[in-house]
Amino acid sequence: MIIRILSEGQYRLDGPSLERIKRLDDDLMVTVLEDQPTEFHRIFDDLLTVVRTGHRLSPTELVESDLILPAADMTFAEAKQLFHSDSGPS
Amino acid sequence: MGLIARVSTLFKSKVNTMLDKAEDPRETLEYSYQKQIEQLQNVRRGIAEVVTSKKRIELQASRLQQTISQLDQDARDAVTAGRDDLATEALSRKQTFGTQLDGLNNQIADLAREEQKLTDLQQKLNLKVESFRTQKEVIKAQFSAAQAQVKIGEAFTGLGEDMADVNMALQRAQDKTEALQARAAAVDDLADNPAFQLQSPSTGDSIRDELNKIKGSSSVDSELLRLKAEMGKGDSQ
Repeated sequence: MIIRILSEGQYRLDGPSLERIKRLDDDLMVTVLEDQPTEFHRIFDDLLTVVRTGHRLSPTELVESDLILPAADMTFAEAKQLFHSDSGPS
Repeated sequence: MGLIARVSTLFKSKVNTMLDKAEDPRETLEYSYQKQIEQLQNVRRGIAEVVTSKKRIELQASRLQQTISQLDQDARDAVTAGRDDLATEALSRKQTFGTQLDGLNNQIADLAREEQKLTDLQQKLNLKVESFRTQKEVIKAQFSAAQAQVKIGEAFTGLGEDMADVNMALQRAQDKTEALQARAAAVDDLADNPAFQLQSPSTGDSIRDELNKIKGSSSVDSELLRLKAEMGKGDSQ
């Protein structure tokens, strides 16, 4: 599976990492809904770390991503906004 | 839907809108590249303005430092003349200015840190835009005019993602730069404001302000004593 971290690049990952990513993503949503910025940043950092264990694609390799992660410097406010705008891209 | 799914959906729909609109993909690539260059320039200009504001604030700080030295000298002159009342007044003003100077110096250090972060970001984005330029040339070379109308393969979608990614990163960098510019300008205005020069900063809490005043006056007293001791003019004389 190809995962892109915005502003950073693409990684190829498989198997156990994907399950871990799924779990962390669920936890992340809980922290946003329950308004826990400290926990949010901790889990988001873990999530980025897992993705970065994958094989990094060279910028000349042009392939479509399966999943997209926000940029590593995303703020808690930006994350909350993502969950409050159901209207699609702004 | 989790965070990743949300971001993925939003981002992919952005990429699709961008690519669907493209009648001739080569034009889209070119247009996007031009816009990236423009935004990079905006960020660069923004940082330059922050640097200018910071320099002005530094100048204000060094003027404040001079005033403080002057007031210290005034206090010594007053002690020599046996005018404790004037010395107290000079030391009290010196203390107020000292607090303001500390505040300004903190702001300057903070601006310098943020400016450095933006400069690093700008350099990183510069590389991204440069790599996009190379990618776009490769893809363009693969298209003939006839092919351009045909909807496009994975390589183009991949490039579309890179394009949207760089565009978004540039937009964020531009927003951050504007925010820092506004902050630098605000500090600059404040440092320029004569009221700032004369009043000690209010905490917004009248009781605390009053307590700070008492603390201030007792430390003015102790500084006067210290000054007199230093000049060999103790109270006994």
